[in-house]
Amino acid sequence: MLSTVLQQIVFYFFAASLVFSAAMVVLSRNPVTSALFLVYSFFNSAILWMLLNAEFLSLVLIFVYVGAVMTLFLFVVMMLNIDIETLRKGFVRYLPFGLVAVALVVGLMITAIWPANFGALPNPQAAADYSNTGALGALLYTHYVYAFELAAMLLLVAIVAAISLSQHGKPQRKTQNISKQIDVDPKDRVHLVNMLSEKKQ
Amino acid sequence: MWNDLLTLIWIVIKIIIVIVPLLLAVAYLTFAERKVIGYIQARIGPNRVGYFGLLQPIADAVKLFLKEPIYPSSANPVLFLLAPILSMAPALAVWAVIPFDKGWVIANINAGLLYILAMTSLGVYGILIAGWASNSKYAFFGAMRSAAQVVSYEIAMGFALVGVLMAAGSTNLQDIIIRQQGGIWHWFWLPLLPMFLVYWISGLAETNRLPFDMAEGESEIVAGFHVEYSSMGFAMFFLAEYANMILVAALATIFFWGGWLSPFQGIPVLDSIFAWVPGIVWFLAKLGFFLLLFIWIRGTLPRYRYDQIMQLGWKVLIPVTIVWIVLIGLAIEFRMPPWFT
Repeated sequence: MLSTVLQQIVFYFFAASLVFSAAMVVLSRNPVTSALFLVYSFFNSAILWMLLNAEFLSLVLIFVYVGAVMTLFLFVVMMLNIDIETLRKGFVRYLPFGLVAVALVVGLMITAIWPANFGALPNPQAAADYSNTGALGALLYTHYVYAFELAAMLLLVAIVAAISLSQHGKPQRKTQNISKQIDVDPKDRVHLVNMLSEKKQ
Repeated sequence: MWNDLLTLIWIVIKIIIVIVPLLLAVAYLTFAERKVIGYIQARIGPNRVGYFGLLQPIADAVKLFLKEPIYPSSANPVLFLLAPILSMAPALAVWAVIPFDKGWVIANINAGLLYILAMTSLGVYGILIAGWASNSKYAFFGAMRSAAQVVSYEIAMGFALVGVLMAAGSTNLQDIIIRQQGGIWHWFWLPLLPMFLVYWISGLAETNRLPFDMAEGESEIVAGFHVEYSSMGFAMFFLAEYANMILVAALATIFFWGGWLSPFQGIPVLDSIFAWVPGIVWFLAKLGFFLLLFIWIRGTLPRYRYDQIMQLGWKVLIPVTIVWIVLIGLAIEFRMPPWFT
């Protein structure tokens, strides 16, 4: 096990790196770089969760968000040809609103995280045979089973909706019809003609 | 504090003990691939450098070291350099949790299987970023193909591994192997046969190997995502690809073929004859067989068409795994002998 000093070094390094990359998501001029910084900040927060012994959440964050969601996101962002100049025009125009929103959020965060309100507990020392995955599963499938099933249903509805929206109308793409292809008989395709061989006159 | 330092040094030593043989194995895997493919095609393969061409990988490495690195003038300089590193690092990081024999593992963590899924899912970033940062059409096509393909097959692979962790009742890799004890019929390949096939096919797709090498597709998009890379950048992509091949073979061994367990376990006479063989020998033998299978498949099958890859991934592999997960659940619930008693 790492000693507290080392653990704190790791924590502060990745916490600072998380704040930096989160800021760079907004400040970076190139949308692809922004998306990559978002990936990096997910990665940093996964490490912070790992320090809290929440290895399941941490690894699933990487697997789902970094490995799948952000890949597709990046895929889309790379294909868009975003005109950065027009985006930057809006930046100054909306600055006052932005500042007000930021002030509100910062005020909210400070009141929430203030030591008196937050009720922070020291990081509990887990038993040696403690399995984060097992503990989470036991809770999800007993105490929170209805909420869990509801969330699953909601996702299923979203999947069905997305597919029915994108499959709307006649398919535009050219695909092969496999059963038709297998059913093809050479006799229908090629017509063999028996000709008498020509002779020199 | 000093104890911490000693632990850290010990960890670094263990990492070196794993990484150095791994990189050597990667070098000689490229050689083995050229030889095996050569024999499949009735050629001899490389045989000029050293005895039987054994120094060929070293010569290749020296050549790549000494070549000039070329940077396309309109490439994104930082990301262009970062991409090979990003594909190499996860390919090596996964080896932290691979048990070579009982207790021979750098980090024996409980969430080993999840860690593997998380790390292998990072590998696609190297390809995506390389394709985008090169500022080249062919590279970008390769990156797009690869992103769509890897994301699709990751789901099938994840579901196949869900079957494994249900059967083993653990995500710790050592526990998964120990759970398969009792002879070759107790290994998970038999109760999870469709899962094994799905895992193997999606392993081929995840490593961008033939018949799923859409990201490279030499005859269609030149060399795909790494078309603009030369010298060590190019070499890093190949190191990552071959390290990933070894990894997929190692995982197939661990999840479905009993890892370090002897295949003669439970057979009266053979069991005692082979009792002295250390586990790592069995592990490496199985690993070697799967690597041969990789090369064999490459020498045999033609490349899939893109829409057929997507069709196979979404409409065949994923439904098969979902059905088999339900069956495995029933088998565990009713304690089906001899695997789930």
